[in-house]
Amino acid sequence: MVAFRLNGEDVDLDVPNDSTLLYVLAFDANALGPKYGCGKSQCGSCTVLIDGDPVRSCDVTVSAAAGRQVTTLAGLREADGGPGPLQRAMIEEQAAQCGYCTAGAIMQAQALLDRNPNPTESEVRSGLNEILCRCGSHNRIVRAVLRAAEEI
Amino acid sequence: MNKMLSLSRRGFLKKTGCLTVAFSLPLSMSADLAFAEDALADAHGDLRSNPMLDAWIRINADGTVDLMIGKVELGQGIVTAFAQVAAEHLDVDIARLDILSGDTFYAPDQGTTAGSNSMPAAYGALRVVASEVRAVLLDLAADELGVPVDDLSVEDGTITGPNGAETTYWDLVEGETLHREATGQAPLKSPEDFRVIGQRVPRLDIPGMMNGETTFLQDLRPEGMVFGQVVRPPTYRARLANVETAAAEALPGVMAVIRNGSFLGVVAERQDQALNAANVLRQVAEWEVESNLPGNENMKEWLLSQEAIVSKKKDEPRSGGPEPAKWMEAEYYRPYHMHGSLGTSAAIATLGDDGVTTVQTHSQSVYATARAIAGMLGVEEDQVHLQHVQGSGCYGHNMADDAAADAALLAQAVPGRPVFMQYTREDEHRWEPYGSAMVLKTRAGLDEDGNVLDWEFDVYSTPHGMRPGGNPARLIPAQYLDPPFDEIGIPQQSGGPPNYNTARNAIADYAFPGHVVTDHYVPQIPLRVSSTRGLGAFANIFACESFMDELAHDAGVDPVEYRLRHMEDERARDCIMAAAERFGWDSFEGGRNRGRGFAFARYKNYAAMSAVALEVEVNPRNGRIRVIRAVTASDAGEIVNPDGLENQIEGGLIQMLSWTLKEEVRFDDTRVMSDDWASYPILTFNEVPPIENVLINRPGEPYLGAGETLVGQAGASVANAVFDAVGVRMRDLPLTPSRVQDALRG
Ligand code: FES
Ligand code: FES
Repeated sequence: MVAFRLNGEDVDLDVPNDSTLLYVLAFDANALGPKYGCGKSQCGSCTVLIDGDPVRSCDVTVSAAAGRQVTTLAGLREADGGPGPLQRAMIEEQAAQCGYCTAGAIMQAQALLDRNPNPTESEVRSGLNEILCRCGSHNRIVRAVLRAAEEI
Repeated sequence: MNKMLSLSRRGFLKKTGCLTVAFSLPLSMSADLAFAEDALADAHGDLRSNPMLDAWIRINADGTVDLMIGKVELGQGIVTAFAQVAAEHLDVDIARLDILSGDTFYAPDQGTTAGSNSMPAAYGALRVVASEVRAVLLDLAADELGVPVDDLSVEDGTITGPNGAETTYWDLVEGETLHREATGQAPLKSPEDFRVIGQRVPRLDIPGMMNGETTFLQDLRPEGMVFGQVVRPPTYRARLANVETAAAEALPGVMAVIRNGSFLGVVAERQDQALNAANVLRQVAEWEVESNLPGNENMKEWLLSQEAIVSKKKDEPRSGGPEPAKWMEAEYYRPYHMHGSLGTSAAIATLGDDGVTTVQTHSQSVYATARAIAGMLGVEEDQVHLQHVQGSGCYGHNMADDAAADAALLAQAVPGRPVFMQYTREDEHRWEPYGSAMVLKTRAGLDEDGNVLDWEFDVYSTPHGMRPGGNPARLIPAQYLDPPFDEIGIPQQSGGPPNYNTARNAIADYAFPGHVVTDHYVPQIPLRVSSTRGLGAFANIFACESFMDELAHDAGVDPVEYRLRHMEDERARDCIMAAAERFGWDSFEGGRNRGRGFAFARYKNYAAMSAVALEVEVNPRNGRIRVIRAVTASDAGEIVNPDGLENQIEGGLIQMLSWTLKEEVRFDDTRVMSDDWASYPILTFNEVPPIENVLINRPGEPYLGAGETLVGQAGASVANAVFDAVGVRMRDLPLTPSRVQDALRG
């Protein structure tokens, strides 16, 4: 049994304690967003926030989340379910091609903005450097994060 | 909430139990249609095989319209473009459409979705069908309202007569109304009257992606889903001699261990359990392994020493005239490259009570792959049902088809349970079909001023296009079954005009007095290969545009000026000059270890063209190349959606810079060693330069498709800039720090 808060709601799951957090989030808690890309903390596509810190959910067990606050894309939405500020900026910049990297990039960027609400472009690049994108959407994502910083 | 996606779910989940995809696209596609009058002639292929109107379009009593298409969404906006075509010619709002794409049972077979060339024809078929559906409905309305067809008008499916009397499509259609063959006789709306095609439509799938809504195959959660994994051999040519499966079978959650010949897989209740069981099997499996690969270090020599099929792709030597004052020659190398999609390939397969295996897949070629999977399973073609759902980015033929085949095999062991199978990063990296390694030899005879008189270009490459095309042997798992499917069918020719494949862009765009291009095609596949971004174009452009730079420097002429001297095409000249101007080429001041590089090409010699100018800094101590900034200039005909065009061009440049600076598939005599992102690194956020894109609009000119317009220009412009910065000529890719250091040491 593992209990944690997911996007502000309590979840209580009957899963083995050594289960990978990513698979519990995806397949037991049905959280859409974090996705498998490498399974060894190399690409960032599985990134979620635990108590506000970006964590590669492919590389930790679900016990890392026990009793803590886990945030995925759904947790960044507005109360009415519409996209939150960073999500809106990503939409406005059309900051995706295939979009597979997007969920991880957004979570990583949100953690960055929470810590540093006014980042420079190079701080954004460095902050996202561990997130891989194969389609070449990097500069659009950087612009979206800077735009969100302005709007927040 | 994405309206189209929610509509789709409502409609087709009900009918077929699957998620359908309805996304948008760069409007750019719609431009193809606006200008491709010839498409109508071509449309008849798709129409001949799918002649019934209701195979494409159905009108529902609730005011929705089902649209069934055979092309699939790959992240370029194809499906939305089709929606625009249908909405335009039917005269209904795009929001009424409920779209089913790439479903082998319920959507018409339109072949593989690849390359922009096939799109105008595909649109053409839909254009004919939608126009004809509209005409049928107008005839019915004329009868019902008792007025001539010519007096009717249509607005969002509501038909109005001169007296104000109304009826609607959904009131008129019943039963078999649209169950009739297309005649091709209905009048077609002319492009001047378009209201939907050509509009700037933002991609409809983007909000859902950002918001965490169901978008990807990886987001599907069918009831009772279980998890599969496969255990690949240590290398391509290996035989499973022995495996003790009991330990794996006893693990918690394991439902089945599947062994068939050298195919080994497992199905478990949970993903962790499947991965765990696969690891246990990997440890106990005993393989007989063959070691006969050339190794990446020896690949260049290997390519040059194989028996090749030689053909001339251009054979126009000069006849007579002066002897060249001098000859120059060079040799370039491009290693194997990966697609390296960020998400590994995945599929969900279910064996139903009716014996039908249904597979959700992100394959580009659902129809052909369904046939190949049926062949592999030894069942009739109507026993395999493929449904396309969006996956990770697709830059050619990746492992989507293999994943569908693996999941289908695993599903046979657990009837009734949907089996989700997503490859591990290691499996994807080691088994995906790569872009072939290539050697390019160039030789030029020059006049007194250093201008080209004779140009000779020789291409050495293994195959590029190896899609399944219905052949089970081209699906990885089928090669290891007992008995194996081993007739892979390596093509015995390398592709001809106008697209070529190994020789794509081997013909330079310049006007050389003598011009000979020879293809040395090596029909062997030491490493698995297939269509990867640009096929041979990346390497051919890299070589051609590097060599032009060498010739310019040798002649003491500015490289941009040197290109212009040899370029007659006005649009190409404009494109070259636009990039140079925006970059500030003429006023460039490099400074220590900094340099500028230039390259240009027109993709396939007839599609869109791009020039690149960029600046690099080379650190002589550690050999690192930093791209400081880049400018692209592109001419893709009339611009319909500048944002979509720019997205594709910039994405292409970044991916190609990554190939150029970092990427090479490493392998020894036995196995591929590039098995994760540490052993096959790609460009990161810190390494991506700021990029300015100049788009040259050509109103009235056909839209040319832009996904691959910028490929080898990236490689050549970097290598040329490195030469300008530190005076060393880099001819072998990738331009890694150690190679640069070696070159600097001389
Ligand atoms: S999947 Fe977790 S970092 Fe790649
Ligand atoms: S948009 Fe495809 S990986 Fe980033």
